[in-house]
Amino acid sequence: MTFKEALKSKKFIITAELFPPKGTNIQPLLEKARLLRGKIDGFNVTDNQRAVMRLGSLAICRLLQEQGCDPILQMTCRDRNRIALESDLLSASVLGIENILVLSGDHPTQGDHKEAKPVYDLDPVQLLKTARTLETGVDLVGKKLDGSPQFCLGAVVNPLADPLDLQLAMMEKKIEAGAEFFQTQPIFDSKLLETFVAKTKEFNAKILIGVFLLKSAQVAIFMKEKLGINISSHYIDRLQQATSPLDEGITIAGELISQMKPHVDGVHIMALGMEEHIPGILNKVK
Amino acid sequence: MIITKQKELNKILEQLKGKSKVFVVGCAACATKCATGGEEQVKAMAEELAKNQKTITGTIVLDTPCDMRIVKKDLLNNDKARQAESLVLLACGAGVQSIAQVCTDIYLVPVLDTLFLGSIERLGNFNQYCSLCGDCIIDETGGLCPVTRCAKALVNGPCGGAIGGKCEVNSDQDCVWILIYEKLNKNTAHIKKYRKIKSNTSITKPQRIKSR
Repeated sequence: MTFKEALKSKKFIITAELFPPKGTNIQPLLEKARLLRGKIDGFNVTDNQRAVMRLGSLAICRLLQEQGCDPILQMTCRDRNRIALESDLLSASVLGIENILVLSGDHPTQGDHKEAKPVYDLDPVQLLKTARTLETGVDLVGKKLDGSPQFCLGAVVNPLADPLDLQLAMMEKKIEAGAEFFQTQPIFDSKLLETFVAKTKEFNAKILIGVFLLKSAQVAIFMKEKLGINISSHYIDRLQQATSPLDEGITIAGELISQMKPHVDGVHIMALGMEEHIPGILNKVK
Repeated sequence: MIITKQKELNKILEQLKGKSKVFVVGCAACATKCATGGEEQVKAMAEELAKNQKTITGTIVLDTPCDMRIVKKDLLNNDKARQAESLVLLACGAGVQSIAQVCTDIYLVPVLDTLFLGSIERLGNFNQYCSLCGDCIIDETGGLCPVTRCAKALVNGPCGGAIGGKCEVNSDQDCVWILIYEKLNKNTAHIKKYRKIKSNTSITKPQRIKSR
C-alpha cells in the first residue's frame, strides 16, 4: 500500500523523518531506510532542516523510491522563489515523487548559513495552492503546461501553539488550499492531544501526531525549557533514573504511540538521526 | 523617519586616504533625530578628522539633503565646500545619492549606514514597522504589517513557532500574527478568509514617480 493509499484507508499510518547527509555519503541513510522498509508507510525527507545546508531532499526521495520506500518530499518556502518552487514541483512529479509536505522552513538565522537571504516568496498556504494550480495544467501566471503533475499534499500544524484557535484557522486555510494530511510537532501531553483531536475531528484531512525519541533527560529538559514543549516531569525522571536513557526513550515513544493509537489517524516519528531505533519503538507499541 | 548609524572611524579614514581637505555635511531632518548627522555629530566628525590630519574647509547641516533643490541651493555653490577635495556626508542613502546627482565633480565619502524606515519609541530606540514594500496590506491586518514584522514575511497567517507570544527567530520580537489576531478581536474568520499572494514589489513598485 502506498502512503497515498494508506491515507485513504482506515489504516493507522506511521511515517518517519530522515535527514539527508551534509555531504555526499548517502550509505548510512540508505541503510536506515532499508531497516524501516515495510515497517512504515512514508519516509519523510527533510529540506535543509533547521536551515542547515545538506544534500537535497528531492535526490534522496528518488533514491528511496528506487529502494521500494515511499518518500514524502519536504519543501520549505525559505530558499526558493516561486519560479524555483514550481519548477521543483514539476521535477518531483517526473521523478515519480507525488507526496509533498509543505513548510515555511526554519529561518536562515537559526541555521549554519546565517547570512543567507531568506526568500519566503510564497508562504505555505500559497505553495499548496500553487501545487494544486499546476495540477490543473497551468502555472501561477496562467501559462499552459505541456503535461501536468498530480500530488498528495501535506502541511504542518503545531498543536502546542498558543493561541490554538489561530493554528486551527491556519489548518483550515491549508486544507482549503489543498492539504490532505498534516504532521504535528511532538506531543507528550495527553490532555493537550485530547483537546487538539476534539477540535480537529471535523477537518477533512488526516493528522499524523509527532512522536519524538528522547535520547536523554537533557534533551527533554532542553525541549521543555527552550522550545516550550510540555514534557511531564514523570518522563524526565524516568530518563534520569534509567541505566540506558536511550532504551527508556524508546520505551516512552512506544508508550506514547500505544496511547495515541485509538484516537488519531497516525503518527510521525522524529528520531533525530537515530532512525535505526524506530523498529525498536514500533516493537513496543501495543 | 530613516534610521541610520555611523560607520567605524577607521573605515571612514580608509575612504579618505589621500584626501587632505574635507568638508562635512549633515542632515537637519532624520539624521538629526537619530543623532547620527545633526549639528553635534557634524562638529564631532570634523574634530575627529582634524585630529587625523585632515583640514576641515567647513561644515554645513542641510535642511534635507534628500531634496536636490536644497542641495543645489545650499551645497553646490558653497565656497568652502568647493575648496575641499572630499565631502564627508552624514546623511542616509537617499541624501547621499541626491548629493551625488547634483555635486558630480567631487569625491564623496558617505559615513552612515542606512538601516530602515523607523518609528521612534524614544531617543536611541527605533523600531522597523514598515519596509516600504509598495503593496500595503495593513488595511486588512489591523494596521500591523506582517511583511515587515514577521521574520518570514508570512502574509497569510503565522508559522506556529511562536513561544509565549514571541517570535521563534527573535525572542525580543512579538509574533505579529498574534498581535494581529488580538487586534482583530480574536476573530479568526477574517484571517481564514484572507488570501494574499505577494507581488515581488522590489521589482514592480515604482522606482521613480514623475508628476509630468
